[in-house]
Amino acid sequence: MSDTAYAKPLPVPDPESTPFWDGMREGRLMLQRCASTGEHLFPPVTFCPGSLERPEWVEVSGKGKVFSWIVVRHPVPRDIYADDVPYIVALVTLDEGCRMTGNIVGVAPENMRADMPVQIVFNRATAEITLPAFRPVEG
Amino acid sequence: MYKLRDKYAIAGIGNTEYSKFSGRTVRSLATEACLKAIEDAGLTVGDIDGIVSFNFNDSAPAIGVATEMGIVNAGYAVDYAAGGNGANLITLAAAAAIEAGLAKNVVCFRAMNGRSGFRLGGGRDMSAYGVTQYTAPLGWITYPQAMAMWARRHMIDYGTTEEHWAEIATTFRANALLNERAMQRTPMTKDDYFNSRMIVDPFRMYDICLESDGACAVVITSAEHARDLRQKPVFIMGGAYGGGPSQGDDLFDAIRWPSHSHNCFKYLADDLWGSAGIGPKDVDVAEIYDCFTYSVLMALEGLGFCKEGEGGPFVMGGRIARDGELPVNTHGGLLSEAYIHGFNHVIEAVEQLRGTAGERQIEGAEIALTTAGAMTCGSAMILRN
Repeated sequence: MSDTAYAKPLPVPDPESTPFWDGMREGRLMLQRCASTGEHLFPPVTFCPGSLERPEWVEVSGKGKVFSWIVVRHPVPRDIYADDVPYIVALVTLDEGCRMTGNIVGVAPENMRADMPVQIVFNRATAEITLPAFRPVEG
Repeated sequence: MYKLRDKYAIAGIGNTEYSKFSGRTVRSLATEACLKAIEDAGLTVGDIDGIVSFNFNDSAPAIGVATEMGIVNAGYAVDYAAGGNGANLITLAAAAAIEAGLAKNVVCFRAMNGRSGFRLGGGRDMSAYGVTQYTAPLGWITYPQAMAMWARRHMIDYGTTEEHWAEIATTFRANALLNERAMQRTPMTKDDYFNSRMIVDPFRMYDICLESDGACAVVITSAEHARDLRQKPVFIMGGAYGGGPSQGDDLFDAIRWPSHSHNCFKYLADDLWGSAGIGPKDVDVAEIYDCFTYSVLMALEGLGFCKEGEGGPFVMGGRIARDGELPVNTHGGLLSEAYIHGFNHVIEAVEQLRGTAGERQIEGAEIALTTAGAMTCGSAMILRN
């Protein structure tokens, strides 16, 4: 499929999120970390809510555990997602402590389990945009 | 903290027909509901000097509605940027505006062509800005999809099941059968619930509220003034809005929310009960924001009707039915009456406290709870007669 045919919603990177999306395109998961609190932050912000300092960008492992998930069975909008259902969207708690979003690939919906160990997958959408997904790995 | 206990009252209520296709402009729906509420209070348009609404989707601007009604002194005319959290927020804001001397009689409304016009469940924005850049491109777009993520975690943490949600859906439908305003008046059994289509696992169709065209309005004035007006006043004992840490940029900004097994109500409960000087056991009837079945559990738990995680067992066995210990959503709620963004819950609470709810009337109802919101921010009121 050519990029012009990509019909699903695409992220519009902004000054806070550009390092994240640049990393995704390069196959690296970039997260913010606050030097003061030691906390990793997602989604990106300009100020760490804990310290009000500006966090730094660091590359992380992309390992985590499934916090929660949904299985979309009714496509909305129908014409865009009709061929994709059922698909899985999850919140994943990364080993670094923060949560992030991603699709889950490589597992059937009925085999999803809470706290299942997962590893990031870089899911290319267009030349510019690569979306985060996760696949199960051995715990 | 809210310091206006019993100083302000709901003096009038009004609503349009609720439907799937109004065939009208949203402004005309809003105007009809407002005029009915003003008339119900025994006031005239000339008495109204404030008008407040809320929306983040389909609506009519407060000044537009004021213009159509011919309000000359629409001094306090405000549209709050709010969604499910807004219904009690604007009502409390109206009381605060009167307290501050900005107005004397304020009409509050919510109006939308939520089915025939802008459908909240539509998900048509192909460019994902702000927090939605991390959600929509994954196909995580609609409100049922958002809330199902929270509901799953409650199942994981506490063993909540679809049986609990079925009890909620069928209880509210049974209430709607007694309500001539309700859009859904076909009886629903638990089999009907379990046979309804899986939309976004774990939510079935009957876990998800309606989409509606319609409008609701109330008139807020001082308790002293309300006593001289046409209707029995319904006093605002207390109220609260907000929701604690990480309320985020919008409804989808819950990635950092501390636990998806509780919502805003855990954080505003102390303010709410403290403002009214009562506790959960004093409530006779509860009109709880039910955009989804699961949302009811989080409000019951967060506000202390039961402990966190015990909402499922709490609702079983008829406890929230109209003849139960805590009648909930006597009108049928967003699930079975209509989706007027929680403002229809305020209307129902007023009718219950006036004693004019007809077949739906809960005998001896003196204190009502209304809630609005289901995720990171919400609002609630305690009303009495």
